[in-house]
Amino acid sequence: MTLPDRWEMVVGLEVHTELKTTTKMFCGCANEFGAEPNTNICPVCLGLPGSLPVLNVRAVDLAMAIGFALHSTIASSTFHRKNYFYPDMPKDFQISQYDLPINSGGYLDLPDGSRVTVERAHLEEDTGKSTHLGGSGRIHGAERSLVDYNRSGVPLVEIVSGPDIRSSAQARAYASELRGILIATGASDGRMEEGSMRIDANVSVRRPGDPLGTRCEIKNLNSLRSLHRAIDYEALRQIELIDAGGTVRQETRHWDESLGATSTMRTKEEAEDYRYFREPDLVDLVPDPAWQERVRAGLGAMPAQRRATLRARLSDATSSQLDALEVVVDLGFDDLVLAAIDAGIDPTLAMARAANELASGIDHVGNLTTEAFTTTLAMEQSGELSATQAKTVLLELLEHGGDPRKIAKDKGFEQLSSGSLGATVEALIKQHPEEWTRFAEGDEKLAQFFIGQVMKSTKGQANGKAVIAELQSRR
Amino acid sequence: MQIASDVRSGATTAEAEMASSLEAIRARNDELNVFLFVDEGGAINAARRVDERVARGENAGQLAGVPIALKDNLCQVGVPTTAGSRILEGWLPPYNATVIERVLAAGAVPMGKVNMDEFAMGSSTESSAYGPTRNPLDPSRVPGGSSGGSASAVAADMTPMSLGSDTGGSIRQPAAFCGLVGVKPTYGLVSRYGLIAFASSLDQIGPFAKNATDAALLLEVIAGHDPMDSTSLPEPAPSLVSHVNDGVAGQRIGVVRELYEGADDEVVAEVERAAAALRDAGATIVEISVPEFRLGLSAYYLIAPAEASSNLARYDGVRYGLRVDAEDVAAMNEATRTAGFGAEVKRRIMLGTYALSAGYYDAYYGQALKVRTQMIDAFRRAYQEADLLLGATAPSVAFTLGAKSSDPLAMYLSDVFTIPTNLAGDAALSVPFGTGDTGLPVGVQLVGPGRSEAQLFAAARVLELADGRS
Repeated sequence: MTLPDRWEMVVGLEVHTELKTTTKMFCGCANEFGAEPNTNICPVCLGLPGSLPVLNVRAVDLAMAIGFALHSTIASSTFHRKNYFYPDMPKDFQISQYDLPINSGGYLDLPDGSRVTVERAHLEEDTGKSTHLGGSGRIHGAERSLVDYNRSGVPLVEIVSGPDIRSSAQARAYASELRGILIATGASDGRMEEGSMRIDANVSVRRPGDPLGTRCEIKNLNSLRSLHRAIDYEALRQIELIDAGGTVRQETRHWDESLGATSTMRTKEEAEDYRYFREPDLVDLVPDPAWQERVRAGLGAMPAQRRATLRARLSDATSSQLDALEVVVDLGFDDLVLAAIDAGIDPTLAMARAANELASGIDHVGNLTTEAFTTTLAMEQSGELSATQAKTVLLELLEHGGDPRKIAKDKGFEQLSSGSLGATVEALIKQHPEEWTRFAEGDEKLAQFFIGQVMKSTKGQANGKAVIAELQSRR
Repeated sequence: MQIASDVRSGATTAEAEMASSLEAIRARNDELNVFLFVDEGGAINAARRVDERVARGENAGQLAGVPIALKDNLCQVGVPTTAGSRILEGWLPPYNATVIERVLAAGAVPMGKVNMDEFAMGSSTESSAYGPTRNPLDPSRVPGGSSGGSASAVAADMTPMSLGSDTGGSIRQPAAFCGLVGVKPTYGLVSRYGLIAFASSLDQIGPFAKNATDAALLLEVIAGHDPMDSTSLPEPAPSLVSHVNDGVAGQRIGVVRELYEGADDEVVAEVERAAAALRDAGATIVEISVPEFRLGLSAYYLIAPAEASSNLARYDGVRYGLRVDAEDVAAMNEATRTAGFGAEVKRRIMLGTYALSAGYYDAYYGQALKVRTQMIDAFRRAYQEADLLLGATAPSVAFTLGAKSSDPLAMYLSDVFTIPTNLAGDAALSVPFGTGDTGLPVGVQLVGPGRSEAQLFAAARVLELADGRS
């Protein structure tokens, strides 16, 4: 979207990411999504009287990993209490970091070459999850509110960008790139639909060169699409308001996905005074150099570098391959693809299978070994398997693992490429003498007709190249 | 501890000791209002388990069969725990405080939960939502507070020892008022896990007993690192009982002007007499002045309420305890807290909320933190002149019920001598020494740097002997 003439939007994002630890931030309860409500709870994450927090060092590892990936300065830090009342917050305060965060400063370079600065990336605990029944689905006017405390105390890192973003597309690219980094560091699974990554957007508008305008904060955007739409909506709303002679009020706004609009949650005057003060139940967090080095040494390559590595192997990258590149690196299949290319697989084929078949089976990708992937593609490339057969084998490998040759054999794929294919082609030539004559006389279009017929009679199990070879040998 | 060795040797049984404790509780609890809940069933079970251990020839523990009273801010599985507040009425904790786990493992028999000022905010046990506790030595007087129930239980011979908590003097002052030894350990020596928080950076659990040896024994049992408390010191429990008779020869003991000035004459006289007794036992007495101690009370009444305002936010009617229904969540929170908290608690929540508020933080809470740092430095300087410090525990002996309950400032001044130690995180104890004009006990306070408990007990023992106690 382009803004009306001579307007510029200024956007900063606060990204909250749940850390992929085994246990919660301050207690031993399991950190898992989707469990029965209120089953992963204990006195600590319920904030029962007398309970005390003890910091999960794994959460610190992951926070530091994020810091390294964002080129932040990692320093001794402290925890503070952020005090406010809300039913899904068991202690009625949130343990967070305030003036001394674990990661300060840093930046993130986007694929388009732009750089967004990072102000800080600090540790904090998540709240429980409220479900409001009746009314609008928000707490005001609800008939009943249910609270699930399984999420209470799940470790979070909040990554605050500078006000450097100038378009919704750039905001989206930043969030997407950040998501890739979070996945690459092992800090998060990046599943926005499960709430693993939630975004608040600070949006203001101005004439380029003017000082910053008054900003509004849009809370809890939980998809890249919402982020994109909400920022555009909000920037236009502010521009229209100013053009109509109004002024933007600093406030917190709610994004309604179905209405495609933001609305006021609370104004600046209603904003809470969080009364931050040092959390007396925790000691200072001092990651010594050895600890920092251990985390740094354990970090793999970040998405930008991985894209560059893979890009270098795609000799004639088409635009669809470049799109696939993003997907393949995003989903972490680049190592598989590189191994396949090393083994002599055509990069176009390897990219296509990774970006499509593997992407669709992402949840089971752990079942697939590099060797099985490479072998399957080699079979497809040599004509032993048709494209359809190769895809079938890949899906089977994702589902259950195993040896691709055995899977192909069990499914009866092998015979089709040798003797039985010849017999099928022979039979079809007899059934369609007219078409055969035309093909034999040089009408290459008819090859497609025969391939279609072979596919039909073999239920798609034949290899197109093998069919052509059979046809050519009989011409 | 005599009872424990008799139980271990079979000279008596834990069940018999439990029964006589129960009898003593029944005899005076209506009059004194010490126990809020007598855990008869739990006590019988605990006693029988100890007797079974003895019967099997196992080590039944350092506190085998010793009845113990627990301040009502210590969480115990399935035992009503209210912190003296209406807002927690009926709440049954699903977990044990670490100190309770440890006394149970040592063979002690918890008899139930004893009264306290609401959320430990008070110096007389009059702010309890369940009525005041009376001083067993003179029922017209208060037992002190906030651990008044813990002190009264021991003073009334209901249990030979008890646990309390001390945020600004809440163990030492009632120990003084009831003629007992009461200890505020070094911050972090005893796990706070399961202690219902008042002011987290100041709270410590500690023992009450009739003498230094028993108090040292109980502290040994509950002390030592606990992985559930991040502020817990990283070391095992120190050896204390074995040092009780170490004496004070060669020790430099500083009599601190700011720790007795302004106290009643009968109290000051006992402090002077205690200094003389320590000198007679071989200590060098030095007179010192630490003017920063005068700032303690003001800093404390910003820091403690600030932390309390946050610690007590969770009592919102959503998950446990009292709920007063209303049209929406915010109104329910407000109605619950209005009905559930008493006047003193509300006063401190307001004070603390104000001290942390935007625009006031620097002037109040921030300033108080600076004073706290000065206090820590002042102690450090004092310990260059003296190994231990001596002063009064409280400005007076036990006062009468109602004497200060309408004047918060007068009540706050009860803790003027005890508060500096909490701010510094150091160790201190109160030991009875002599009696005042009315025959009521006077407590003198011994203060030492962090981890000086062994020396403090040794000095307390010297005073006990000088005072003609066994």
